[in-house]
Amino acid sequence: MMANEHPGKRIDQPTGTETVGHEWDGIEELNTPLPRWWLYTFYLTIVFAVGYVIAYPAWPMFDRATAGMLGWTSRGQLAKEMKGAEEAHAGVREQLARIPIERLGEDSALMQQAVAGGAAAFRVNCVQCHGSGAAGSQELGYPNLNDDDWLWGGDLKAIHYTLTHGIRQAGDDATRTSVMPAFQGAFDAAQLDGLVDHVLSLSGKAAGNATGAQLFADNCAACHGAQGGGNRQLGAPALDDAIWLRGSSRDAIKHQILDPRMGMMPKWEGRLDPVTIKMLAAYVHSLGGGEDFVEIAENPEVEVDEQP
Amino acid sequence: MSNPETRDWSAVVEDGVTKTNEPVSSAVADPEAATRRHEPHEPPREHLPERLYEKREFVHNKRIDGPFRRFKWFVMIVTLAIYYVTPWIRWDRGPYAPDQAVLVDLAHRRFYMFGIEIWPHEFYFVAGLLIMAGIGLFLVTSAVGRAWCGYACPQTVWTDLFQHVDRFVDGDRNARRRLDNAPWTWGKVFRRAFKWTIYLLIGLVTGGAWILYFADAPTLLRDFFSGEAAPIAYITVAVLTLTTVTLGGFMREQVCIYMCPWPRIQTAMLDEKSLIVTYKDWRGEPRGSVKKARRNPGQFGDCIDCTQCVQVCPTGIDIREGPQIGCITCALCIDACDRVMKDIGRPRGLIDYATLEDCEREAAGEAPRSPWRTLLRPRTVAYFLIWGGIGGALLFALGVRSHTELTVAPDRNPPYMLLSDGSVRNSYTLKLRNMESRPRRMEIALEGLPGAVMWTDAIGKNDAAASQTVTVPADLVRQVRAYVALPAGAKAQAFIFRLTSLDEQNESDEVTTRFDAPEEQ
Repeated sequence: MMANEHPGKRIDQPTGTETVGHEWDGIEELNTPLPRWWLYTFYLTIVFAVGYVIAYPAWPMFDRATAGMLGWTSRGQLAKEMKGAEEAHAGVREQLARIPIERLGEDSALMQQAVAGGAAAFRVNCVQCHGSGAAGSQELGYPNLNDDDWLWGGDLKAIHYTLTHGIRQAGDDATRTSVMPAFQGAFDAAQLDGLVDHVLSLSGKAAGNATGAQLFADNCAACHGAQGGGNRQLGAPALDDAIWLRGSSRDAIKHQILDPRMGMMPKWEGRLDPVTIKMLAAYVHSLGGGEDFVEIAENPEVEVDEQP
Repeated sequence: MSNPETRDWSAVVEDGVTKTNEPVSSAVADPEAATRRHEPHEPPREHLPERLYEKREFVHNKRIDGPFRRFKWFVMIVTLAIYYVTPWIRWDRGPYAPDQAVLVDLAHRRFYMFGIEIWPHEFYFVAGLLIMAGIGLFLVTSAVGRAWCGYACPQTVWTDLFQHVDRFVDGDRNARRRLDNAPWTWGKVFRRAFKWTIYLLIGLVTGGAWILYFADAPTLLRDFFSGEAAPIAYITVAVLTLTTVTLGGFMREQVCIYMCPWPRIQTAMLDEKSLIVTYKDWRGEPRGSVKKARRNPGQFGDCIDCTQCVQVCPTGIDIREGPQIGCITCALCIDACDRVMKDIGRPRGLIDYATLEDCEREAAGEAPRSPWRTLLRPRTVAYFLIWGGIGGALLFALGVRSHTELTVAPDRNPPYMLLSDGSVRNSYTLKLRNMESRPRRMEIALEGLPGAVMWTDAIGKNDAAASQTVTVPADLVRQVRAYVALPAGAKAQAFIFRLTSLDEQNESDEVTTRFDAPEEQ
């Protein structure tokens, strides 16, 4: 009967084996029997499949698959692995929790760990304003964190304080805050031009202007300093350097005098755990402009808590 | 079946297939005879019962002694000795590197082999070794046929070992066959339990030696038995024990015949000039006992159909059916046949190592060629030159490689940084690679960037200079954040980072990179 279905089926004399009956360009296939253990291997895979279906989620139902006896889920496995990773970090986190932020720089190994952890936290929480390379934005007034110019201080403790309490954060008494008054209507056009000339001259970008110098001394020097060196207590930017938070064009400076824009940064205390904030401080400090902390607490147990 | 002694031996044509029982060379007159599965005196088969599955006949090979068997013993001892002794060889590399001669250190991603240490980025050395191993097999196959299968393949060596265990526990071929067919008595249960315990021990020792290549052998062995080794060590040993016992103890020749791709590849690489183990059918056919031959002189060939060649075969084939995939060319049948020929006073070599071309010459009565003519032919020489060329190139690359390397990744976001005094700073991530097993002091220098200073994450800005010296730990890559600053008015330009080892080697590597600066300045 089979022979009728495959008329080409014949015995291959040299090997004494029957062919399967197909023929392609003169090439035929021998119908060599499979070894029986191969069949048993196949049965074994069926047994395995049955066991798998019982033990693991396998059978699709209306809204989810069957759960399986072992209760395994990919989410559960992820949660377990994440927990394992967290536990692996536990030692470092505990050390970071204990060490006062101003002493972190002394422990280079711990500092390295903190910088790595801070880099990860920075990418989640900070890049929205400061950018992925922490270069900020002159247009939007987000400070560049890579340079050596700091509004509120660039040592570990100062950065940590800024991170903890934020800048001009409503509802936090300890937040860093200051207000630059708007000078809209205070100067006529010539006075304003003179003032801009003087501000630019502080960093050597323009020739001096006597009117401007007088106006600066009367209105601006209280916060920005007589020579425009700025004041970190008040977050008053230095005007005598090459770095301009909101641009060094005449228009940008005029705009900032008449209708100043002042940056705001949320406080991270309460949103992030203290250790993560420490790691962020370490990361920002490591970006290339970090300053050394000058006064180190004698006893690490004593909190130095006044606003740095 | 017709009596072969009264049959007409002339050629017959059936179903378009020429059949003859005349004693002729398989290579000349009837190429099909070499692969014929039915006996020459059987009529061609018209119909076969359809079988979907083939029952396995367990091979119980008979003990044999002879030059090839002794060679097999020798290869087995050498290969097993290499496998078991290698992890215990010590090699002093100083205090900063392991002292194990051959070590695949997966955790630290280093591969040690005596005086050579390979890093992951140099994996092409391993790839080169694997290519050499592949071409080496081509070379061996074209020169001496399936010698790898017959003597050196782990499957062959371990199968041989397990067959000796069978013989030790249950006796020789006939005793083992009897025991297989015997009912399950307590005696048989005990014998089987004893034998399978030995199997298990062999498997355990096989898997146990494997893991010693991946960690310090003495430490790992101690930890393994005190239960302190890593779980992966126990899992690996368990898996390898299982595979050794399954493949060597039970699957045996089935692996060669059904699983292994290598026999297929080698079959395609064999030609009429390759050495194979072959039965000289022009000399052996027609078969007949010594008694018959004596009664009818000139009617019978040398083969007395004693089936010794079949009984000693570890894969259970009949070499007289011609070259076939089940033949691993271990040459035990040559030992068996030579012994029989000696006993009955006929010349040796009815089954012998020969090329099909030589068979042809021999059948035609010409003198045999020297073995060198068989080995030194263009294909073999070409394989050898390719193989040797790759080996030479690898050795050359190994000899001239530098143990000091530098990679530089400039920061792209932000590309440059204006500092408060108007100077411009660029940041780079440098990777300093020290491939020596000792800490080395290295100098990082700036070239082609006049006026530039450099500091790092560890060396503060106060110590900025045109070059910095750092210590790179033994056998490691040290990552350094380098800050390079040019005074106000800097222009974008290309420059070179040069890394020089401050030791007698004085190795150096340089990378050209770019210094970025604001455009309007």
